[in-house]
Amino acid sequence: MRSTYSITLLIAAAFFISSCQGEKKLPILGPRTAEVIKNPDGSSVVDTVYKTIPPFSFLNQDSVVITQDEFRGKIYIADFFFTSCTTICPTMHRNMKEIFEKYKDNPEVMYLSHTIDFKYDKPSVLKKYAQKLGVDDGRWQFVYGTKDSIYHIAEKDYLVAVIEDSTAKEGYIHQGWLVLIDQQKRIRGAYDGTDTKQVAQLMKDIPVLLAESKK
Amino acid sequence: MRKILISSLLFASLTSMIYSCQNAGEIKQDVYYVNGRDLYIKHCQNCHGSKGEGLAELSPPLTDTVFFKENRQKLACIIKNGMKDSIVINGQPYQGNMPAFPELYDIDIAQLLVYIGNSFGNKLGMFTPKDVAADLKRCK
Repeated sequence: MRSTYSITLLIAAAFFISSCQGEKKLPILGPRTAEVIKNPDGSSVVDTVYKTIPPFSFLNQDSVVITQDEFRGKIYIADFFFTSCTTICPTMHRNMKEIFEKYKDNPEVMYLSHTIDFKYDKPSVLKKYAQKLGVDDGRWQFVYGTKDSIYHIAEKDYLVAVIEDSTAKEGYIHQGWLVLIDQQKRIRGAYDGTDTKQVAQLMKDIPVLLAESKK
Repeated sequence: MRKILISSLLFASLTSMIYSCQNAGEIKQDVYYVNGRDLYIKHCQNCHGSKGEGLAELSPPLTDTVFFKENRQKLACIIKNGMKDSIVINGQPYQGNMPAFPELYDIDIAQLLVYIGNSFGNKLGMFTPKDVAADLKRCK
């Protein structure tokens, strides 16, 4: 009698677990606020407002101004780097290129690399870098902006720390996060681009996010 | 019979002794190799990759065994002083700078060279700090 009870419990638990797996969803990261929204019928509800990436405008590797419209209806992975960086950037982009190759046939996945070297990394330098990395087909945008605009969007919006530091060997200190942005411009994940385990997790999370936008 | 047994035993132990003596050099090389791997991970792997595969056209791979053989004496200089010239590796031209590593001591460079020189298909054998010091004197 006791064994039938435990078996029932086991089956119930199995059901519970399997039903959970189908519901996998990525978290929405960053600060959020509650806002009171008025319905047309006069009643009001409290809605959660998530952090989103604000409109931007930068020069890309083709010296063309690109804005957030470039990524409309797509998900993208953003990062901050500079072309003469020999510490974490090559590893980050080696890993990102692997993702790039994996989603070669999917135009819904894009990449956005911001240079933090506003002195040297002009669009022509970015172009050469993109060509040498073998990713210059438009899906991977490399952008150049003023120091203020890039550093501001990094720290305030993508939540990645970047610092110009003359004591550092190459003049800059920055974090190697690959930030996953959804169609609504919300942050859905941040992965250490130098850590193969976290990059593997990013690869697993991309289809989850893509499936979400299909609904 | 007993004599033969003893002498053969003596002979066997003697050969094994000689054999292990020959290995002393190899043991040293193995130590260099292991230390060199740590240095490689720290200083080189970001650009050149964990398998020495390089990074697209940005960083050359370290698998061009012919280049390594022909430039054996220039390798220490390349690590210590970096590189500004364009080079051809595996038939592919590479431009751009390799950073210098002036902070590395001769023994670090020797260990790095033992690791790189005996990985990724290369078979360059041993590099001693003395070799490195001599090579560095001839840097252009």
